[in-house]
Amino acid sequence: MSPTDQTPSAPALLTVRGLQKSFGANQVLTSVDLTVARGTVLALIGPSGSGKTTVLRCLNGLEIADGGTISVVGADDARHAPVTIDFAAAHGSRTGVPKKALTNLRDQSGMVFQHYNLFPHKTVLENVMEGPVVVQRRPQAEVREEALQLLERVGLGDKRDSYPFELSGGQQQRVGIVRALALRPTLLLFDEPTSALDPELVGDVLRLIKELAAEGWTMVIVTHELEFAREVATEVAFVDGGTIVEHGDPKEMLRNPKHERTRQFLHRLLFPF
Amino acid sequence: MTDSTWQLLLDSLWPMIHGAITGTIPLALSSFAIGLVLALALALMRLSRRRWLSSIARVYISLVRGTPLLVQLFVIFYGLPSLGVVIDPWPSAIIAFSINVGGYAAEVIRAAILSVPKGQWEAAYMIGMSHRRALTRIILPQAARVSVPPLSNTFISLVKDTSLASLILVTELFREAQQVAAFSGQFMALYLEAALLYWVICLVLSSGQSVLEKRLDRYVAH
Repeated sequence: MSPTDQTPSAPALLTVRGLQKSFGANQVLTSVDLTVARGTVLALIGPSGSGKTTVLRCLNGLEIADGGTISVVGADDARHAPVTIDFAAAHGSRTGVPKKALTNLRDQSGMVFQHYNLFPHKTVLENVMEGPVVVQRRPQAEVREEALQLLERVGLGDKRDSYPFELSGGQQQRVGIVRALALRPTLLLFDEPTSALDPELVGDVLRLIKELAAEGWTMVIVTHELEFAREVATEVAFVDGGTIVEHGDPKEMLRNPKHERTRQFLHRLLFPF
Repeated sequence: MTDSTWQLLLDSLWPMIHGAITGTIPLALSSFAIGLVLALALALMRLSRRRWLSSIARVYISLVRGTPLLVQLFVIFYGLPSLGVVIDPWPSAIIAFSINVGGYAAEVIRAAILSVPKGQWEAAYMIGMSHRRALTRIILPQAARVSVPPLSNTFISLVKDTSLASLILVTELFREAQQVAAFSGQFMALYLEAALLYWVICLVLSSGQSVLEKRLDRYVAH
């Protein structure tokens, strides 16, 4: 039972039931259930190949699950209308999922990638404005104002006209976060946001994510940073073998894991050699 | 070389340049433009998940690359009339060269699209783009940079290949040279002069290529 199930006062923003995904003969997700309440910061931890990144990618339609359902109850505006997708009905095919539902699911979330994936041919400001202006068709002046504020906030106001290659990894990742925020999503997804960074640049990015958590953003973060999960996440889920093995309070679970597999994983991370 | 040979070269220079300006260059430019559009379509067909689309493109590319350009040109100009389709020299040449460029440039464009990291597609989808918009706004601009050097090669080859159009009676640089050569008997001098003119055109194109590459490289680390 997840902590969110125990607090019925906070309505679930994201509900995942029985999510399955295979790549060829390799079943990556056997059955994933998740409930994420508004304002929750959920850290997904687990060994590599456990399926945690696949869960995240299914949440915004970068992967199409083979079975199970994902529903997101967003805001009341048209862009964030509630959406439920039953993947069993789509038989794991992208074309099987109604296009509108997939777009709707995608619009709910902003994603931050492990390798930033900034658009190299666009400046920092253009990277941030592309989605809101070109896709969402919001007024350019308004978006520009907002984008500059966000960049200022993460300490990159003076880099607005730089190209991504001119920035350090940590700066690129902060632009990646701003690009996701500028979409005004209801949910933020982070795929190992600091794994590609040099150790001394990790802090800036984690600090920013921590600030966003404090502001009440709902986030799902795939991470290897246990300390960070302990400090920032309100919930942690241990993924192994394509399912969620254990789900609970970070401080409690990371100190005193109930499941043997969780215990082994944490031990390996704490004592790598 | 005698004075009269020099005089002949000088006298034939203008007709040849004229042939280049009214024949070679517009022929190459228009065929290249049409060929690129064709190539982009073929490249996208090749990359399509629909098997029949990619098969059509594959067969087309194989046919174009597997047969001589001169044969393609002759089939269109001398062959089609026997089927009742008569096309004038100029349009025949443009059709043949466009078809040819389409086949070669399609593979270049396909490779360039594939060279853009998958994460770029994912980021484009993430910000809400459709496949088509991701392609036009995110992927193709990056693919363009990669494909400038190989496409420049295609274009430079095309400029030289337009000399084949002289064989279907299109008046261009080389046909002018042939006519003066046949009339005067000074084959060596006139064909070398023609070669020199082609070389000059290609030198100009090569420097144009460098300028274009520099412009497109502004967002890449050096």
